[in-house]
Amino acid sequence: MSKQLIRLVDCRKEFDGEVVLDSINLDIKDKEFLTLLGPSGCGKTTTLRIIGGFLRPDSGQVVFDGRVINDVPPHKRKINTVFQKYALFTHLNVYENIAFGLRIQKPKLSEKEISQRVYDALELVALKGFEKRAVSQLSGGQQQRIAIARAIVNRPQVLLLDEPLGALDLKLRKDMQRELKQIQQQVGITFIYVTHDQEEALTMSDTVVVMNKGEIQQIGTPVDIYNEPKNAFVADFIGESNIIDGVMVEDDVVKMYGRRFACVDKGFAPNEPVDVVIRPEDIDIVPVEQGQITGTVTDVTFKGMQYDIIVDFQGFKWLIQTTDHSPVGAKIGVKIDPDGFHIMKKSEYSGLYGDYSSYSEEYDELSEMDPEGGAENE
Amino acid sequence: MNEAPTLARDRGGVLSRWQRQAFAWPYVLWMAIFVVVPIALIAVYAFTNAQHQFTIDNFAGMTDYAGVFGRSLWLAFVATVVCLLLGYPVALAISRTDPKTQRILLMLIMLPMWINFLLRTYAWMSILENTGLLNRLFNAIGLISLVNRVGAHVSAGYTPIDHFQLINTGGAVVLGMVYNYLPFMILPIESVIVKIDPFVIEAAQDLGADGHTVFRKVILPLSLSGVISGITMVFVPAVSTFVISKLLSSGTVMLLGDLIEMQFTGAAYNPHLGAAISLIMMFIVVLCMSIMNKFGEGEEQAVVM
Repeated sequence: MSKQLIRLVDCRKEFDGEVVLDSINLDIKDKEFLTLLGPSGCGKTTTLRIIGGFLRPDSGQVVFDGRVINDVPPHKRKINTVFQKYALFTHLNVYENIAFGLRIQKPKLSEKEISQRVYDALELVALKGFEKRAVSQLSGGQQQRIAIARAIVNRPQVLLLDEPLGALDLKLRKDMQRELKQIQQQVGITFIYVTHDQEEALTMSDTVVVMNKGEIQQIGTPVDIYNEPKNAFVADFIGESNIIDGVMVEDDVVKMYGRRFACVDKGFAPNEPVDVVIRPEDIDIVPVEQGQITGTVTDVTFKGMQYDIIVDFQGFKWLIQTTDHSPVGAKIGVKIDPDGFHIMKKSEYSGLYGDYSSYSEEYDELSEMDPEGGAENE
Repeated sequence: MNEAPTLARDRGGVLSRWQRQAFAWPYVLWMAIFVVVPIALIAVYAFTNAQHQFTIDNFAGMTDYAGVFGRSLWLAFVATVVCLLLGYPVALAISRTDPKTQRILLMLIMLPMWINFLLRTYAWMSILENTGLLNRLFNAIGLISLVNRVGAHVSAGYTPIDHFQLINTGGAVVLGMVYNYLPFMILPIESVIVKIDPFVIEAAQDLGADGHTVFRKVILPLSLSGVISGITMVFVPAVSTFVISKLLSSGTVMLLGDLIEMQFTGAAYNPHLGAAISLIMMFIVVLCMSIMNKFGEGEEQAVVM
């Protein structure tokens, strides 16, 4: 888990004068499950295609196992890809699809070895007995598994997955997430996974790389990324966040709404302006007189497990997730524990996110979020 | 996600099955009058004599023309192979350009078709004639006198030539066929190759295939349906043409088309024999097509008779 396998050094890519990747530096360790996460157009697919060899960076280096591979074509890389729309060979049946990479290997493999490995791969993706089927007879989920088997049968050191679950329905997607993680642990190779779905990224990954506008915003474990977002973009993109202007008065004390709150963050300059992130689930609703601050409920949405309520605090609207129902128009108080505050340095994203005044719009955006995300840059 | 097909079905649902079928009737009627009835008439003619009596003599007498059948099939076959060898690389090359260039190139491929078929073939006559453009060119650059000198040198009994025999040969007829039917080979192949998902090609590269292997194991098999329709669209008109052979061989290279034409309009007036030959030719074409379609089994059947 510790050996470094792939390194991107200052990789830059432009399409028609538009910067798609801006000096990407990334270390990928052997056997890790790394996810490139970001909205469409953030450069995640471009990064993947550079690693796969389908694109050359304009500048910078791609290092694989200590060797610069910028000029190595895809067919000579020990990397295989699961494409977004599977890209199966429609003129071949399931068996021959999986055997494709084995048949063109040099020196030639024996028919016996090929069949052994094809059946092993079919077993890995739980599709034994499907070898004679035409790929057009398979469901989306099954085609997806064949695409995985076809890539893995070549025993690559790295498997690239470009939004592989994007075309599947929600339930199947959840099952496949778990299964992919299992497959990764079973075959013990590096997975580099591209998605715009933050939940998918948090569920499966050892390391999440959050990208936006061709730049890496944050690299970390799912827990780090969620609990300690580096800037307003990450805080907003990963889960829901209320992001409020604040001032770090001193260590462990942040001031907002003209009030001091106890927090657990240190290392800022005295009176440094900061972004304060408060997750909707970290806010307790209390009677007005007990609240640290008070606001008015402006919107309530029943979400099954909880209510999403929008609360107006002096013109700035927060999202609070709570199991208690409060009617629209109610005055409520809120209480936030010191570890409910996450303090971030100001960044280019400050002030862009974290206000739920236009909550419904933001919601639409989330649900509409690029089902065709992989088509970016094409 | 599946809204579109549902909608289409709903819209179809406004009309009854019967009403929807009604849209096909004009075409069915057209086909019945101008295709089915004539074929039936040909069949009737083929199995009767001038006295309107049933006979199979028309078929029995056809053995005399075995040579014409053989020549027609052979020249059409050669023309089809040449079209395929010339057309496939062109189709492949065009499919690899960007869409705008593609449109321009395809238009250029089709450009000759804007000129009347007869006119184009006449033009070849003036190029290939004994005193035509090519022979004059060969004369001007001294090629003919060179051949004469070499010939005289090699054998004493050599008779000097003043032109190459280009026109009135099987080669001229094949040239005419290739020239006229080449676009019909290029277009279907190109349209199939263009539709191959670029990610499928990337997937092959990803799995270790170099350019040559990608072509052999992915592009070629996936373009087979285009090749089959190309072959059909060249072979069928080539085997039945009479204008090309008439103009470019002045009747010296007689093809099935010429033979049939003669039975209906020429001196050898015998529509019953002509109908019988037509029927046999139709049978041969259908046979060839069904064999071709066997090769494309599993692919979308590009041209089914």
